[in-house]
Amino acid sequence: MSDTQNLFNKVWDLHTVSTLPSGQTQLFVGLHLIHEVTSPQAFAMLRERGLKVMYPDQTWATVDHIVPTDNQARPFADALAEEMMSAIEKNCREFGVTLLDLDDDRQGIVHVVGPEQGLTQPGQIIVCGDSHTSTHGAFGAIAFGIGTSQVAGVLATQTLALGRPKVRKIEVTGELAPGVYAKDVTLHIIRKLGVKGGIGYAYEYSGEVFDRMTMEERMTVCNMSIEGGARCGYINPDQTTVEYLRGRPNAPQGEEFEKGAKWWLSLASGPDAEYDDIVTFDAADIEPTVTWGINPEQALGVSENIPDAADYPQEDQAGIREAYEYMDLQPGQSITGVKVDVTFIGSCTNGRISDLREAAAIAKGRKVAEGVKALVVPGSQQVLKQAVAEGLDKIFEEAGFEWRAAGCSMCLAMNPDKLKGRELCASSSNRNFKGRQGSPTGRTLLMSPAMVTAAAINGCVSDVREMLEPVGV
Amino acid sequence: MNEIKQVSGSGVPLLLDDIDTDRIIPARFLRCVTFDGLGEYAFEDDREQDPNHTFNNEKYRSGSVLIAGRNFGCGSSREHAPQSLIRWGIKAIIAESFAEIFFGNCTALGTPVVCASRDDLEKLTKLVEEDPSREISVDIESKKVTSGDFECDITILDSARNALLSGQWDFMNLLLENEAATREASQKIPYLNQFAT
Repeated sequence: MSDTQNLFNKVWDLHTVSTLPSGQTQLFVGLHLIHEVTSPQAFAMLRERGLKVMYPDQTWATVDHIVPTDNQARPFADALAEEMMSAIEKNCREFGVTLLDLDDDRQGIVHVVGPEQGLTQPGQIIVCGDSHTSTHGAFGAIAFGIGTSQVAGVLATQTLALGRPKVRKIEVTGELAPGVYAKDVTLHIIRKLGVKGGIGYAYEYSGEVFDRMTMEERMTVCNMSIEGGARCGYINPDQTTVEYLRGRPNAPQGEEFEKGAKWWLSLASGPDAEYDDIVTFDAADIEPTVTWGINPEQALGVSENIPDAADYPQEDQAGIREAYEYMDLQPGQSITGVKVDVTFIGSCTNGRISDLREAAAIAKGRKVAEGVKALVVPGSQQVLKQAVAEGLDKIFEEAGFEWRAAGCSMCLAMNPDKLKGRELCASSSNRNFKGRQGSPTGRTLLMSPAMVTAAAINGCVSDVREMLEPVGV
Repeated sequence: MNEIKQVSGSGVPLLLDDIDTDRIIPARFLRCVTFDGLGEYAFEDDREQDPNHTFNNEKYRSGSVLIAGRNFGCGSSREHAPQSLIRWGIKAIIAESFAEIFFGNCTALGTPVVCASRDDLEKLTKLVEEDPSREISVDIESKKVTSGDFECDITILDSARNALLSGQWDFMNLLLENEAATREASQKIPYLNQFAT
């Protein structure tokens, strides 16, 4: 492998099966993850054509989007959700795919489960019928979301057709200040590069800030790549990656692990690696970041005021005004003090154990403000189990949070967890689109789990940096 | 092979930016095991809140060429979004730019999605608003959109254009034909072979 090749191109070349007449590359898929929402039609396509799943061992399924997080007794109260559960159970059984179902303690949000079970590994090409598949890039895998027709194609052929994107290196240098988390880094990048800035690119995140991050923090950053328009984002594998994978159930074991680790580390982009573009940010410029509008680039530092449309290029001004109206916020207004009705901690962005620990550290000894509905939803059954072992569930419950079972919950509201009417939600999820959290007029402010906790306790958007000292004891 | 060289029909003007797939088809309509019936829910929540929404306007109900703005189809990978638009009656989309997953989904369904300049999109929108019945032709081969006296250049990724023109947009057969090459490729991938050197 050439020294000038970045990780993306090494992995791409390794998985190339053929160049199709259209000019696209036919890529081998190393890990195919599926869930109940985007797979039923794909299995139907296989049945119509009389096809089988070509590599069932490289295909793993779980259920997450539609599962209720309170009462999980079957059949579900929602008949449509129950029908989808039955469909994935039947499809996996008939096609020989392993399903981590609700009665399996490995179940959870697909992007939490893959890494947790050691399925996600460096150097793989990973696809899933879900745009947040970019999460798995944290391991130095090339991971991206696909549509249902492509899911059918991957099931039947273990390959997909794709044009090679360009690669942009995003460096963040320096050190994050206390109270500034991985979520703030990714929101800051999207704010600066825009929601369409990444179209046509894969993002490589590198530099001191990412080098120091844990795997869970790296997953939060890569998760949001798609919100910046980049179909995938990755971080070069290093010793942190290797140690995370050591001993995981589906990771290689023993001598094979050591061989694997050596190969994984060899994939990292070297100092002479070439890129199509390089962008650098200084960690010192990043403060706790909050979205105020209706897409993830409409964000600001918590100490800033809501921007004036006139400060934007002409072409963006209509969108900014639309956001003021929908959110019922005014230019010049401070984001701190904006009253919240609901708070949500969870999702494939921020539903891992470290997220719950950060939130619990703020919640401990404090109380959720009166009138605020506060949810904590672990990203998987394993995260839930670990949180209970550490007593985090008790901390949350004593503070007045609702402690739920694993699932996607209020990130996208395909299950009973939804906003009502014009409710405003401080959320650790990934999208603040109009209607995203289940009410067509509901409003979402994206922020870190610690910032969501601060909002729950004060009943309004607050600067978590003022709450980092433990209370009482 | 179903070759797609040109698509024509009357216009559906929706010149807005950053329209995400949650807005095209809200998540609650994804509780389904087939794509049938999704057409009637296209833009359901936007239509509910805006009686004047394009998709509520009878003038455009028989239209099939959607005119949109920047970053159309961003957000979720849900193929339900193009599936609902197609079932509503959309046969082609002209926009300033598209989100990539949405673009790939449309191409895989044989629906041409092409880019035009903002200026041209604004002109075309005005013409369609004046006369919703006017025919718009999206020509993939010549990379032009024409409607009466109006004509503009369009751009489309070469790979998508080739796939549509050759009828290979339905990629399943093509991928299946390469089964031997696929199995061979898997032999050189270290993690599938115990990292044997």
